[in-house]
Amino acid sequence: MEGCGEDGQVKLLGVTRSPFVARVRMALALKGIHYEFIEEDISIQNKSELLLQSNPVHKKIPVLIHNGKPVCESIIIVQYIEEEWDSKAPFLMPRDPYDRAVARFWAAFIDDNVFPSIVRAFRGQGEEQHKAGEESVENLLLLEEVLRSTGKAYFGGDGIGLVDIALGALLVLIQTVEKVTNIVLMDTQKSPLLSAWADQFCKADKVKNALPDRAELFVYLSARRAELTSPPPRN
Amino acid sequence: METCAEEVQVKLLGGRSSPFVLRVRIALALKGIHYEDIEETMNPKSELLLKSNPVHKKIPVLVHNGKPICESMIIVQYIDETWDTRAPFLMPKDPYDRAIARFWAAFIDDKLLPCIRAVFTGQGEQCQKAVEETVANFLILEKALRTNLCFLGKAYFGGDGIGFVDIALGGMLAFVNALEKATDSVLIDAEKMPLLSAWMDRFCEADGVKEVMPDPVKLVEFICATRVKFASLPAAN
Repeated sequence: MEGCGEDGQVKLLGVTRSPFVARVRMALALKGIHYEFIEEDISIQNKSELLLQSNPVHKKIPVLIHNGKPVCESIIIVQYIEEEWDSKAPFLMPRDPYDRAVARFWAAFIDDNVFPSIVRAFRGQGEEQHKAGEESVENLLLLEEVLRSTGKAYFGGDGIGLVDIALGALLVLIQTVEKVTNIVLMDTQKSPLLSAWADQFCKADKVKNALPDRAELFVYLSARRAELTSPPPRN
Repeated sequence: METCAEEVQVKLLGGRSSPFVLRVRIALALKGIHYEDIEETMNPKSELLLKSNPVHKKIPVLVHNGKPICESMIIVQYIDETWDTRAPFLMPKDPYDRAIARFWAAFIDDKLLPCIRAVFTGQGEQCQKAVEETVANFLILEKALRTNLCFLGKAYFGGDGIGFVDIALGGMLAFVNALEKATDSVLIDAEKMPLLSAWMDRFCEADGVKEVMPDPVKLVEFICATRVKFASLPAAN
């Protein structure tokens, strides 16, 4: 899609398997913003000049480049999209300062607690992996509780918001890691509301085409897992 | 002093040594917001803390009209957005500048802070490595002050006045300085980091900030005493 016109020039540096990139693609799709997707080679030795120049501190994707100016870090990018295109529905952040603080809290929880437990379950073995799986289930139960207490379809209320995007983009990752490791990360029996939310989110208009590429992620994670679990080469 | 409608009930659940609590104190002081200061001993954790922050059980927690807000920089944004007609304005107005401010606050929390924590808890070689990593991260901030168009030639990361990034980093300064003394290390090197050092002096002397800075002597004592405890713990796996 061409990234020029009334929204200015919008480019997104990323890879289609990344849940963090998916968050940005979802926000752009929901707001109906046209952009140019630039697929990056993110292996250490092959990072592009554009990526290194746009994100010199972290050298990571996603990077949103709007009219030549780069924005980094997925949740920061989503908030930028919301604030820059603040007259375009849907509104991804609540209006009330307290509700905004609560949304930011859960987005931070997803990045600081939910995601790391998924990574630990993916990378770990034996007892450590088992513990990480339990932690992941517990973390998601807290989010189940949020849905139970609000009684709303989405974390954002009646429509998709920041927290839905933050967690929703991880769903493909969660499901793929479960498949690759045979560890349960999300207990559908213990978290029925969350499971229903997950189904609804993945089918939602505009979002469904922005989910991380499931097949690509499976291939990638299977290869990584094989590397992690294979015995080290003898010298 | 007049109290406005929003201030009816503001409580800060915190402690004297925590840099995270200090960030919130600074924001409240800059906005001139009156609050009840509740010292949380943490050992054991109070009923109020467990009720207000059941997920993390950590300080600071701001309780405003009975509703708790957790996580220091989330609290600072909340303060700025709730008392949004009261100067100073801690976040920039422009969405791009806001994204830059959030980026550097996240850098401070995600990259710099873990290194500072490792200096605090580490011993010997581990501590030394953490010192080197902390210095490397401070150098990144020095470079940002030197080259980033948002910060170039300004007194603060926030521009002419203290803003979001200043509070994120500034709240750490007393702890960092005390840590330097306690570990006999240099984390903010005046020669290698002239802009950061100048910013540090400016920040610590600013109205609103200097009144809430903790006692440096007591902070060094606290850090030394806690490091002794860490040293006597069995080595982590």
